[in-house]
Amino acid sequence: MAKIIVDGIEVDVPPEYTLLQAAEAAGSEIPRFCYHERLSIAGNCRMCLVELVGAPKPIASCAWGVRDCRPGPNGEPPQVRTKTPMVRKAREGVMEFLLINHPLDCPICDQGGECDLQDQAMAYGVDSSRYAENKRAVEDKYIGPLVKTIMNRCIHCTRCIRFSAEVAGVPELGATGRGEDMEITTYLEQAMSSELQGNVVDLCPVGALTSKPYAFAARPWELTKTESIDVMDALGSAIRVDTRGREVMRILPRVNDDVNEEWISDKTRHVVDGLRTQRLDQPYIRQNGRLLPASWAAAFEAISAKIKATRPERIGAVAGDLAAVEEMFALKDLMTRLGAASLDCRQDGAALDPKNGRASYIFNPTVAGIEQADALLIVGSNPRREAAVLNARIRKRWRMGKFPIAVIGENADLTYAYDYLGAGSDTLAELAAGRHGFAETLKNAERPMILIGMGALARPDGAAVAALAAKAAAELGVVKDGWNGYAVLHTAASRVGALDIGFVPGAGGKSAADMTKAGASDVLFLLGADEIDVPPGAFVIYIGTHGDQGAHRADVILPGATYTEKSGLYVNTEGRPQIGSRANFPPGEAREDWAILRALSDVLGHKLPYDSLAQLRQALFMAHPHLQRIGEIAPGDAADVRKLAGQGGASEKAPFRSPVEDFYFTNPIARASAVMAECSTLAEGRSLSAAE
Amino acid sequence: MLDDKDRIFKNLYGQGDFGLEGARSRGSWDGTKAILEKGRDAIVAEVKASGLRGRGGAGFPTGVKWSFMPKAVGDRPHYLVVNADESEPGTCKDREIMRNDPHLLVEGCLIAGRAMDCRAGYIYVRGEFIRERERLQAAIDQAYDAKLLGKDNVHGYDFDLYVHHGAGAYICGEEMALLESLEGKKGMPRLKPPFPANMGLYGCPTTVNNVESIAVVPDIMRRGAAWFAGIGRTNNTGTKLFCISGHVEKPCTVEEAMGIPLRELIDTHCGGVRGGWDNLLAVIPGGSSMPVIPAGSSGCDDLLMDFDGCAKHKSALGTAAVIVMDKSTDIIRAFARIAYFYKHESCGQCTPCREGMGWMWRVLTRMADGRAEKREIDMLFDVTKQIEGHTICAFGDGAAWPVQGLIRHFRPEIERRIDEYTRNSDAHGAIRVAAE
Amino acid sequence: MAVRRVAPPKLQPKDFAFTAENLDWAKKQVTKYPEGRQQSAIIPLLWRAQEQNGGWLPEAAIRAVADFLGMAHIRALEVATFYTMFLLEPCGKKAHVQVCGTTPCRLRGADAIFEVCHKRIHHEPLHVSADGDFSWEEVECLGACVNAPVVLIWNDTYEDLTAESIEKVLDGFAKGAPVKPGPQIDRQMSAPVGGPTTLKSVKA
Repeated sequence: MAKIIVDGIEVDVPPEYTLLQAAEAAGSEIPRFCYHERLSIAGNCRMCLVELVGAPKPIASCAWGVRDCRPGPNGEPPQVRTKTPMVRKAREGVMEFLLINHPLDCPICDQGGECDLQDQAMAYGVDSSRYAENKRAVEDKYIGPLVKTIMNRCIHCTRCIRFSAEVAGVPELGATGRGEDMEITTYLEQAMSSELQGNVVDLCPVGALTSKPYAFAARPWELTKTESIDVMDALGSAIRVDTRGREVMRILPRVNDDVNEEWISDKTRHVVDGLRTQRLDQPYIRQNGRLLPASWAAAFEAISAKIKATRPERIGAVAGDLAAVEEMFALKDLMTRLGAASLDCRQDGAALDPKNGRASYIFNPTVAGIEQADALLIVGSNPRREAAVLNARIRKRWRMGKFPIAVIGENADLTYAYDYLGAGSDTLAELAAGRHGFAETLKNAERPMILIGMGALARPDGAAVAALAAKAAAELGVVKDGWNGYAVLHTAASRVGALDIGFVPGAGGKSAADMTKAGASDVLFLLGADEIDVPPGAFVIYIGTHGDQGAHRADVILPGATYTEKSGLYVNTEGRPQIGSRANFPPGEAREDWAILRALSDVLGHKLPYDSLAQLRQALFMAHPHLQRIGEIAPGDAADVRKLAGQGGASEKAPFRSPVEDFYFTNPIARASAVMAECSTLAEGRSLSAAE
Repeated sequence: MLDDKDRIFKNLYGQGDFGLEGARSRGSWDGTKAILEKGRDAIVAEVKASGLRGRGGAGFPTGVKWSFMPKAVGDRPHYLVVNADESEPGTCKDREIMRNDPHLLVEGCLIAGRAMDCRAGYIYVRGEFIRERERLQAAIDQAYDAKLLGKDNVHGYDFDLYVHHGAGAYICGEEMALLESLEGKKGMPRLKPPFPANMGLYGCPTTVNNVESIAVVPDIMRRGAAWFAGIGRTNNTGTKLFCISGHVEKPCTVEEAMGIPLRELIDTHCGGVRGGWDNLLAVIPGGSSMPVIPAGSSGCDDLLMDFDGCAKHKSALGTAAVIVMDKSTDIIRAFARIAYFYKHESCGQCTPCREGMGWMWRVLTRMADGRAEKREIDMLFDVTKQIEGHTICAFGDGAAWPVQGLIRHFRPEIERRIDEYTRNSDAHGAIRVAAE
Repeated sequence: MAVRRVAPPKLQPKDFAFTAENLDWAKKQVTKYPEGRQQSAIIPLLWRAQEQNGGWLPEAAIRAVADFLGMAHIRALEVATFYTMFLLEPCGKKAHVQVCGTTPCRLRGADAIFEVCHKRIHHEPLHVSADGDFSWEEVECLGACVNAPVVLIWNDTYEDLTAESIEKVLDGFAKGAPVKPGPQIDRQMSAPVGGPTTLKSVKA
């Protein structure tokens, strides 16, 4: 630790701190534009100038380290002043320069009300301009369907460039030209291709980069802000849902250093229009092959009649990828009361089983733990498409250096360099047997990781592949005292929670694959399960939100609530329970899913014993106490991974393929979004031209 | 006048052979091995004792700069980088070294490399010097062929020397921008600290020196520090290439002793100021970044051409590029053009420079016509103060100083022109367009 | 300096490839820099591409060089637009005249050189003359201030110019027989007119 005096207050800070950080520790606020904690230091805006006693000129506090300061003549701690006339003058000067070419278009600027330049001009600027020349005019650039540019407003802080090069790992933005003619653009105005590009809008301190889909839609002060959890992938990114009236206007990231830092993927951010379109807003019953609107009572009656005429063994339930724990708990409860044991949350057939222990199906090293890891093997996963923000975390670790990465599976651009070992389980078997160079790398590492994805597990031989990966983990020191590097990367937000509550076949029950074999079931509940084919014959009750595959197959549709429309518990791929709050209400007659099940249970004569969400949660927490420790991970038992290793089994040669072919179309909400469709089309065009 | 025997640049005008033969006949590559064998500390001590101050503009003592390099080579190699990005308006001295006596530089690189334990050096030549870099490359090739450089050379100190070039960017003369450019990026200056001696080229310890600073080193080593230190004044030692351009009878580049009076320099070598000494309006003593010094008894008359002499007149020696302006000069237009130069060459990275350069140029352009208000003179001065000292690199200072110098010394002229314009436009009934 | 963009598509060649000789040369350039630092060679390579392409740099060449060096295209575009010697639009076939317009040259009559260019080539910089043979632009200090005024045409400077002598220089290019580069008056490089005042005792 080093002592430093900021505005007369002595603080003890780590020597690698910058003066800006030291000043914050001492309670002095320093204005800044280009500086951002999670990006490299540019030092170009010059707004953070401070006075360092003894230095002839003001210095940029964002770039000057505490250890770079010389002590006083008698060894006194260095002194920084942030409130002197010299500093004030410097800030006013910089602010004047920033404003001379900045347009006075705040009234029509989407950044208005949450603009760093506005705020800091108020706090640190002068009241009038002395600039009498013409202002610079800069042509707007096309950089894709998500980010709108109004380049007159750009203050050249280069945050967006640094983000795309450093965090996203897709260096597409740059500054061409020089001097006052410097312009931010992509190469010949091509659309950006990063799955994280939307974050540049948050990073832009002015209104130069704004959200294109949200353009001119709302003002920040008319929005209601609700903290929630994202369900577009299994990462569980912290989000803020901004609503106006009943409508979700936009989704922004919240800071959660354990999970998403402060980034979210474009799907998380821009799925908003998908929440409005293709919605199921009233119950339907299929009559003579056509789905006709119905009342809740009629829909429940139709279900009741069917269930009462069906033997419990012929009734099944499949939970989809976006379901919250509460409704799955309620559905499981209802199924148990009906005497039905055919339950499954693994519509993709992934070989994950709660009976193998929690460590067998969670991301044991945790997301933040990636930064502690020192070697990584990726098996059957494309983390860039399956969990883009987690992939950025891997890249962050890779950028720190000394982090060998190898891949078994698809040979795709993951934004970091890796050794490509092979496509399928034979390579994995070789590695597990120690007959591969990378086995040595893992063995020699202190905290090695094996990341295994659904591309390896969601296939008929998934159990054997899991056993093989676990064997490699056990043999190569991935699981050891104080470190469990066996990391399952899920693609479904609901999956870990469902496994935690045992939403899997009970004694004599069928798996999702077996339930959906021709003639295997007479009644099937699909709780938002849209990624599974149900053959003709079964009576399908679809509880969900969108007119997607499940609804098309349904015999009765019960309109439910999306993740923004209910308070719901989700357990992310690390096994971290998190609660999202309700930001708006479901449309029309749609209701929260647990409430639908509660009402239906009454009609079926098996009334569920909770009248409120609070009571439901009480029951849930009673049964699964670890879920009530919100934000905390109940760790898995490393011994379970070793046990899994012993299960063996025969694996096939087929190459591992990521289940996420199209990043933008992974769930019914995303498939309903026109914005996602546009992104998908662009991505397809890129991969076609790359294949040429 | 400096005696010919004390001159280092004996082929300054290309009278003789630029190549190895010619260089050897002028004394180059003589006893180089013995110099290198003195070892690192002895070389640095000798250069320190000579009082050599960097010839690129800032005048930092060269030997001291060398001593900042890590004492031992760790896992990162050390690099020598020579700044041959000579672009400061008025300056054309390194050009003569590279095209007429390149072996001075090549041998200097080897000695400087030894003094800092560098095994490789890069010479960054400005893109416009195409023939100059061909000459330099030819000299290096000769040195390789004669086993003076490279692996297993006759000197017993392995050292590789490469020529690299730019493509039209004044800012690459700033050492941190130069390193960025050498790494294949835009020439945008890096922040200091870390300083290049710690984190320079490719993140390795690096020292960047001007061509002339390196080219005089072999002579210092051969003739001794005392000889070099005996020329000029204390803290202003040695010989120096002066480039005298503008309104003199015979512009030229010439090697002279530091501290030579300006008038002697011009009268002896340039045939005097055009129209006589009394026709002098002002000089810029050290390249366009330095403040102007007006003619007269409190200005050019007693100006000694060295670091301290120029500082006495609130200017600086810079690169010793003397731009002479006689009384026919439109001094405001001349400085508006200099302001345009800085606007054109600003890299655009940091705010005060990117936004301030265009502002200064636009105001000065109006002032050259008289299309301004008198209160704008103080405003302009204030703008230069808002740039000075607030930027990442010294470019901002170098652009602000000439404007400050202009206002300090020629405010009456600016005011006169504003008055004249105002009078004329009123006479024609024109609308005032001061604030266009 | 104005906004620098690549030339419009109608002027761009479809693709670009180094000649075998230049490719060889490019591979050698890369070896000057430590392993993994091949990006360092971008300016020399872009410059060679510009030379190969008749004096201006097409967009395809920027891409080709970026791919050759394993750089993102945008990084190469940044370099190509930052450094002003890269001409992004077609220039005159016989001569592209870069006239120094900085103060030292202006003090010694660069205005007259510009006038000749206006009249003889095009009234606007960076526009090709009617016959396609010439173009001109104003550049910043060329570093030959004691030989002002100066122009740079291709690889050579023409110095100590007057309105008459620049005409002769241009005539030379028009005829395909350029005059000797360097001072266009009787003068030994940067020595004073009439002969050096120093180094008289040094034998050449």
